Amino acid sequence: MKPKFGVVVFPGSNCDHDAYYAVKKVLGYDAEFLWHKEKDLKQSNVIILPGGFSYGDYLRTGAIARFSPIMDSVYNFAEKGGIVIGICNGFQILLEIGLLPGVMLKNESLKFVCKDVHLRIENNKTIFTKSIKKKLLTFPVAHGEGNYYADDATLKSLEENNQILFRYASKDGDTASKYNPNGSVSNIAGIMNKKKNVMGLMPHPERHCDPVLSNTDGALIFNSIANNLFN
Amino acid sequence: MFKATVIIKRRPKILDPEGKAVEQGAKLLGFNNVKQTRIGKYIEFFVDTKDKSLAEKEVKEYSEKLLSNPIIEDFEFSLEEVK
Repeated sequence: MKPKFGVVVFPGSNCDHDAYYAVKKVLGYDAEFLWHKEKDLKQSNVIILPGGFSYGDYLRTGAIARFSPIMDSVYNFAEKGGIVIGICNGFQILLEIGLLPGVMLKNESLKFVCKDVHLRIENNKTIFTKSIKKKLLTFPVAHGEGNYYADDATLKSLEENNQILFRYASKDGDTASKYNPNGSVSNIAGIMNKKKNVMGLMPHPERHCDPVLSNTDGALIFNSIANNLFN
Repeated sequence: MFKATVIIKRRPKILDPEGKAVEQGAKLLGFNNVKQTRIGKYIEFFVDTKDKSLAEKEVKEYSEKLLSNPIIEDFEFSLEEVK
């Protein structure tokens, strides 16, 4: 059975078409755009909150988008165990709405970072990573506010519940701070909720799906979801 | 009607890269006594009611739910009656 991906479109989203293109045109799954003012998730099996600058990043990243009508439906879908992925700005929205813990700060360097980074998979027993044989993935990052912060108690609980999914690393898996592009606490690049059905990550898997772009690591995530969704 | 003024400050423990960068500018200008620059937000708006306690309640909720992020920020506000 083919899964259907619903890609939410906020005013200011700019990776919505990349995500749609990756899952539908490159990987051959069903996909549909979901306008933020609607409430209907149109029978999607997986919701993608794409990257971009929803509401111009005004106030704080994701702060206004989280009150869009569609987010009530996304919140309820996630609470019932539905699979939700927040990429970059989508991750920031998941933090603001409280589906994931913590908050995003400006990059420590104050610079917008746009480059490929290596990610170490920290938990390979999740729907997002179960089918991936590799231990390290290469994804592009492109953000000005990807400096993940959580207080010590939250960080401890993330560790204890195996909620940390990806850490920034060298190509050999070393997570020294020099491989951290934005100052994120504990080199965190991606996390999940306790139930492991909601994932947020700053790097962009949808930009590494089409073979013409020379790297297809991103497809591994979407394929892992598709392979394990109906099992 | 009331005019509300909300000031949002990042908690002292939380890194403020923007404040740090601005302070580098202060040093370049020769303000060597300037220390611990922190950047926050100043927001003003009107609350159209005669009931001060209702206005206070709305400003507080607006600040908690949207204007500030309680994980990293604190806010304070004042209300001024306008005719």
